[in-house]
Amino acid sequence: MTRYILRRLISAIPVLFGISVIVFAIMALIPGDPATAILGSFATPENVARLNEDLGLDKPLVQQYVIWLGNLLQGDLGRSFNLNRPVLDEVLERFNATLVLAGTSFVLCSILGIVAGVVSAANQYGTADRAITFVVLLGISIPSFFLGMMMILTFAVNLRMFPASGMWPIFGDRDLWALLRHLTLPALALSVVATGVIARLSRSAMLEVLRQDFIRTARAKGVPERGVIWRHALRAAMVSIIPVLGIQAGFVLSGAVYIEVVFQWPGIGRMLVDAILRRDILLVQGGVIFVAACYVLFNIVVDVAQSLLDPRIKT
Amino acid sequence: MSALALLARNRLALGGLIVMALVVLLAILTPLLPLAPPNVTDTGNRFLPPFSPGAPLGTDHLGRDLLSRLMWGTRLSLAVGIAAAFVAATIGAAIGIVAGYYGGRTDNVIMRGVDMLMAFPYILLALAIVAALGPGLMNALIAVAAVNIPFFARNIRGITVGIAHKEFVDAARLSGMSDARIILTEILPNVVPVIVIAMSTTVGWMILETAGLSFLGLGSQPPVADLGSMLGEARAALITNPHTSIVPGLMILVIVMAINLLGDGIRDALDPRLKSGALNRPLPATLVAPDRQPESQQNDGILTLDNLQTQFRVKHRTYRAVGGVTLSVKPGECLGIIGESGSGKSVTALSVMGLVASPPGLVTGGSVHYRGDDLIGAPYRQLRSLRGSQIAYIFQDPLATLHPLYRIGDQLIEAIAVHHSISRAEGRKRAIDLLNAVRIPNAASRIDDYPHEMSGGMRQRVGIAMALANDPEVIIADEPTTALDVTVQAQILSLLDDLRRDRGLAIIFITHDFGVVGQLCDRVAVMYAGRIVEQGPTRAILDAPRHPYTARLMACVPELGAGKRRLEAIPGLPPPVDDLPPGCAFAPRCDRATDTCRRGDIALESAGDRALRCLQPVQPQEAMP
Repeated sequence: MTRYILRRLISAIPVLFGISVIVFAIMALIPGDPATAILGSFATPENVARLNEDLGLDKPLVQQYVIWLGNLLQGDLGRSFNLNRPVLDEVLERFNATLVLAGTSFVLCSILGIVAGVVSAANQYGTADRAITFVVLLGISIPSFFLGMMMILTFAVNLRMFPASGMWPIFGDRDLWALLRHLTLPALALSVVATGVIARLSRSAMLEVLRQDFIRTARAKGVPERGVIWRHALRAAMVSIIPVLGIQAGFVLSGAVYIEVVFQWPGIGRMLVDAILRRDILLVQGGVIFVAACYVLFNIVVDVAQSLLDPRIKT
Repeated sequence: MSALALLARNRLALGGLIVMALVVLLAILTPLLPLAPPNVTDTGNRFLPPFSPGAPLGTDHLGRDLLSRLMWGTRLSLAVGIAAAFVAATIGAAIGIVAGYYGGRTDNVIMRGVDMLMAFPYILLALAIVAALGPGLMNALIAVAAVNIPFFARNIRGITVGIAHKEFVDAARLSGMSDARIILTEILPNVVPVIVIAMSTTVGWMILETAGLSFLGLGSQPPVADLGSMLGEARAALITNPHTSIVPGLMILVIVMAINLLGDGIRDALDPRLKSGALNRPLPATLVAPDRQPESQQNDGILTLDNLQTQFRVKHRTYRAVGGVTLSVKPGECLGIIGESGSGKSVTALSVMGLVASPPGLVTGGSVHYRGDDLIGAPYRQLRSLRGSQIAYIFQDPLATLHPLYRIGDQLIEAIAVHHSISRAEGRKRAIDLLNAVRIPNAASRIDDYPHEMSGGMRQRVGIAMALANDPEVIIADEPTTALDVTVQAQILSLLDDLRRDRGLAIIFITHDFGVVGQLCDRVAVMYAGRIVEQGPTRAILDAPRHPYTARLMACVPELGAGKRRLEAIPGLPPPVDDLPPGCAFAPRCDRATDTCRRGDIALESAGDRALRCLQPVQPQEAMP
């Protein structure tokens, strides 16, 4: 197992390398003089010159990339000129908040989605199936930012059950209740689309599995139907559900952008939007590459989970 | 086109299509409608509520007419979403076709790049592109399209790889056509439908994503608004004037939902498995027709089948898989059921415990008596408590019939635990005993194996051990040795034979192999097209088959030391059971058939311990050619 994890980690290196190339290439698309673009049109010539020197922007592109990658590997993502602090510090702080939100949503959508899909498949064409199918369709069709706004209107403004916006720090006060109250609405809003996608996939994976011969064997043994569904069928269906969980994790992580904006959650998504609007290019670059790298590593976790679940995978 | 007809039958998809057509029509007609100018501000009339005179949906924070802005915004959102879909589809398909057609290194390099792009969380990549290009609707379009290119490239490459190796492409290549021409004239026409389907399922996403970027202020810039930026601007007044948010938000919801319904409908219409009902979930027990006529028990025996009838109903067709079978088995007895594939022997066996996949399976008549109780139509609880504990099954192909992800020990323990409450340690001990009983060497260590780690013969022994787990009275073995080689087969058969003698098991043994029947079975029933055509003691049948089908079936079995006898295949195929001929079902393949054979139903006539359904039986003296 250790060797398998190690192998997967090594195989992630070219992917991470590719990501760095893509992010760098996208930033090289910036029209006009990059230093001016980064610093804005009101930048002083001295600042422009200093930045050009810092980033090696006067050198050829390949050399620029090598310098940039070198800095990156040392944890130097540059400096945000708007915030006047190192990009990495800001990114880490913001990512922390995003992780709380997206992590909660991911757990929510995994559990809700799988349960909904299993119940749906087990009652195929029944009332529960129809109801779930309809809710799921609604869920994958509603824009999460609109849903978030409607949730604020309903549960925060009208019913006064939850705060409309903001976040309670996880560290510091350690008031778990306050954190949960702030987390509930955004986490729900963020998980809805992924829940729908996972529910759909789980339903069809379950239907696929329920026709297999080993399900008939379980029934022939006298396993009660509940055991047939949740123990035999779901276990086998998980093999095709887990990879989709990995993909949905990416959607939740990046879809957090909208939810963070709607709920004023101080995460990395809102930071990126603000940075784009302020043309804080280095902050965008740092944020994007950091999140993408985390996502690649998370997918390794998914692969390992998959290999633990399916003994047929050679580790 | 049947796909279109199916789409029309799918009411939800049709609803989606109608809504979408309506929205698109309105969007096209927007410039012609008598609407207020969308971008003219009127600060005196800010936040008018809906249904105000002159502003049916009210006005926004700058006093602009919401209805007009909604229509123009819809038009813009649709245009941008659809344009993004086209761009993504075109570029993605081009990349996919090139990669798939040329293969090799080109393919490798391109697909590696595509994989890299897919390693990004979706929206993040779009944000990065917008960050570089700067906010703006055009840039948002480019970003959304770019993010979706990998999806199309992957799909289309897969299809192209399949096509590129087809004969007609080879033929075109041999005829000297250039690659470009082959791609345009041979590959592209075959790929276009896939592109269209992929677009129909993703255009909703693209509309949603561009709306999202606009919502964040990164897409369309004031004063022009698409649905997303309308929602974004309205957010500041969400609490005081929610209608300004609800109007564009609902519109996005309606559009995306209509597209999703339509896309689902298209996908379902094209999925052959849905048409055949192959994605139906089998119920816990086979359905029983409400008008089933139960039958009283006709023979002695621990388990009797009395005029059992099972059908498969798919669409408008009825397949009469089991057409009235009467059988019985006594403790310590082994009854063989023999017949070609499709003769209904497995369905007969599965009907006993309600294990026929249902839908489409349906027991339409007759009874199955176990110790005098009718199992057909018995409550699920009763059926479940008998399954495995009183009547157990051994299936063919244990690789498919054992759960692939559980250790065989756990599967054995479960078989016991669902009927008796035992501790884990006890269960484990019992499981090892069972493995020993079926002569698996090193049972104590093999118990932790997964099915894929065992050989076919060992897996089959596990299947038998599982059937024995609760000391059942009856075992129904459905071709348990078919997948095995001859030596292993002989071992398994002698194992079953020992178990029968030691434990007084009643065995129903299904096979298509007369050799196996001769080794194990006391009596044998020959099935053809869902009915028993001949039945009797094994020795008597083997020595003197009376039904021409039995005789032909036996002639197919090679015998060691029998010299140069010609192996005779039976000409033709068994009749389709949804369209059985009147009279004898075997008549079309039988060289003894006369006109009377084809006329009416032929009864199964008993004479002594044998029974026969034939008007022109083989005479004893001509049995062995």
